[in-house]
Amino acid sequence: MKIIINNASGVPIYEQIVSQIKNQIMTGELTEGEALPSMRLLAKEQRISVITTKRAYEELEREGFIYSVVGKGSFVAPKNIEVIKEQHLREIEDKLREALALAHLSGIEIKELKEMFDILAEE
Amino acid sequence: MVDFAIDLKNVTKKYDGFMLNNVSFTLPRGCIMGLIGANGAGKSTIIKLMLGIIKKDSGDIKLLGCDSDKLSNEVKERIGVVFDESFFPENMKLREIERVLANIYKNWDETVFARYISEFGLPQNVAIKDFSRGMKMKLSIACALSHNAELLVLDEATSGLDPIVRNEILDIFLDFIQDENNSVLISSHITSDLEKVCDYVTFIDNGKIIMSDEKDLILEKYAVVKCSQDEIDKLPCEKTIGIRKNKFGAEALTETKAVPADFIAEPADLEKIMLFTAKKENRK
Repeated sequence: MKIIINNASGVPIYEQIVSQIKNQIMTGELTEGEALPSMRLLAKEQRISVITTKRAYEELEREGFIYSVVGKGSFVAPKNIEVIKEQHLREIEDKLREALALAHLSGIEIKELKEMFDILAEE
Repeated sequence: MVDFAIDLKNVTKKYDGFMLNNVSFTLPRGCIMGLIGANGAGKSTIIKLMLGIIKKDSGDIKLLGCDSDKLSNEVKERIGVVFDESFFPENMKLREIERVLANIYKNWDETVFARYISEFGLPQNVAIKDFSRGMKMKLSIACALSHNAELLVLDEATSGLDPIVRNEILDIFLDFIQDENNSVLISSHITSDLEKVCDYVTFIDNGKIIMSDEKDLILEKYAVVKCSQDEIDKLPCEKTIGIRKNKFGAEALTETKAVPADFIAEPADLEKIMLFTAKKENRK
């Protein structure tokens, strides 16, 4: 597991941990059932407060990304990834619809939009 | 119910010209608390009261769930204490010191002590008087941790040490709380050290608790605003803790939420919070 904390970013540390672990679960770097480091170890290694790591793990657990077993630690939760993908697809659909509506306002053609999309994807 | 390693309620102690006024704070087990404040703010008085070295006038102090006035020897063994000066006889060597301590503490653990001694690289055949300040401090900490302590109390343990040794010592504390039953209270005026390792910060000034909360919450709550002297008056007065003006501009410590959108604000560190807050108290 890889966590890089940026103290200058202004994003609360626990949010940085949450989003990085989430990201690694979604990309498959962390796999189902894999044990996460203990909250205390993570806190010690990163020189951050136990309260912060605890808050991050609690948040991840609440959102269903990990689960914890008393006395054993925290593990990557199964399956949920499909649900997340589904949710992301829905968000993308909404955003594309917005883009279409905007294009419609000034008569930009679908062809132009597609071209723009291809260029963006290649960047 | 949260299990507290340290629980102070309305503790008061009066001296001529100084008063520890109604001090309350708690430290949950498994955490490190930093007690910060200027010299003479009352940090050492709190620690001495906790350990029963001086008697409180009123209030309640509980250590590891036990009333501090009636600590049994068994509970005392579970508390490790380190002061800024070492009290070992200067002519003794490590082995002799260990022999004395092993007789005092029922739970003295030779293996743990030997491990710390080798980890800290302390020499066996050198008298204490020839130890450097850092070595003496490491020895004190090794001793405090070698009788199965669950609570470690340190008064100014990192002052007068170089940054490398201070960092090594901070690492020891972090290792120590890998066991969630263990807790640490460190008093210091070196706020950067405490900022690195503490979970909780209690800030005392002039015998009174100014704040006692999770370190992250304190750091998130305050920001340092930089602006011109005219602009500083636009800051909401009740949310502004302290102001410092110079020839070309001004700085103020205020609550992060109260910073107007067009102002330049930086995150506040513990040192800034201490400086501005203590100043405010003096002004009153």
